Amino acid sequence: MQILLLSFFMGLVTYIPRWLPLALLSKRTLPSWFKTWLDFIPASILSALLLPALITSGEPRHLDIFRPELLVALPTFAIAFKTRSLGLTVVAGMFFFWLAGKFF
Amino acid sequence: MMVETSHKEEDLPAIVRDGAKAAWPICLGYFPIGLAFGVIAGKAGLTPLEIGLMSLFVFAGSAQFIAVSMMTGGGGLIPIVMTTFVVNLRHLLMSSSLSIFLRDLGTWRLALYGYGITDESFAVNLTRFRDEEWDWRRALVVNHLSNAAWVGSTILGGYAGEFIPHGAFGIDYALIAMFVCLLVFQLRGVLYWLIAALAGGLAVLISIILPGNLYIVMASVLAATIGVMIKRKSKAPEGSL
Repeated sequence: MQILLLSFFMGLVTYIPRWLPLALLSKRTLPSWFKTWLDFIPASILSALLLPALITSGEPRHLDIFRPELLVALPTFAIAFKTRSLGLTVVAGMFFFWLAGKFF
Repeated sequence: MMVETSHKEEDLPAIVRDGAKAAWPICLGYFPIGLAFGVIAGKAGLTPLEIGLMSLFVFAGSAQFIAVSMMTGGGGLIPIVMTTFVVNLRHLLMSSSLSIFLRDLGTWRLALYGYGITDESFAVNLTRFRDEEWDWRRALVVNHLSNAAWVGSTILGGYAGEFIPHGAFGIDYALIAMFVCLLVFQLRGVLYWLIAALAGGLAVLISIILPGNLYIVMASVLAATIGVMIKRKSKAPEGSL
């Protein structure tokens, strides 16, 4: 199959959901319930991305709790709360994960 | 709200520096994933050029991984494109959340900005827009630096990924650590904790039941909606509006 053609169409269907809301919504005044809803989206999406990554795995997905990913997330959360620094948290998380790799 | 001073807007070195400061965790996190993708895509028969072009056109790691695995399994163009669409649909929500902060941008700048919306650039930029003086120029720098890191690391992986040791310095955890921190930034009150817990729980549940990525959009939409309902209830206990 033509990779370039595939990439082009993949790009197209990826780009449109990214661009359309900007084009449609940025100029409009949004109703306040919608703004509230959008305000909740980041916390929701981040959590929806994160929690399955921490406690599920495999194909097909199943609960898989006793993994270093979850264990390491605890001190990483703590560092994030304490330092409020993205850079420090990322480095700390990497360090803890590397450390966990030595033991598990 | 954004506060723009013209002095800050036109200071290109400052813009790039601020954007780079915000973007480096993303670039760090993309690096091992990009390398891994490059290696896998190379093994599936893509040349480094094709890998680079795919990364440039699509700029979406999970979709690219899925596409390559579908190709290896003999999938045709239409199913791959459809899967890509569904996998990346969550960006619609992210773009909507960002639109509030990009009010004064013209058509072409919006079009440019849209290209760079990924989970990571969204989370980083949204946090900055909300919490500090941030503007579209700096946000664009974040988008394009992460893009460069992504494209570059996938191409690198296509050439030489087998030579990079796995899991060096715990680098596989960089993106998770980043998401953890960005989530913490969002927990600005009890209701946010509740919504995050709800979204996470729903996501786990749905992800186990439904294969694919739909759980992300479903869980977020549900949790945010419940959040709005709770907020309304707590404002108007009698049920009046």
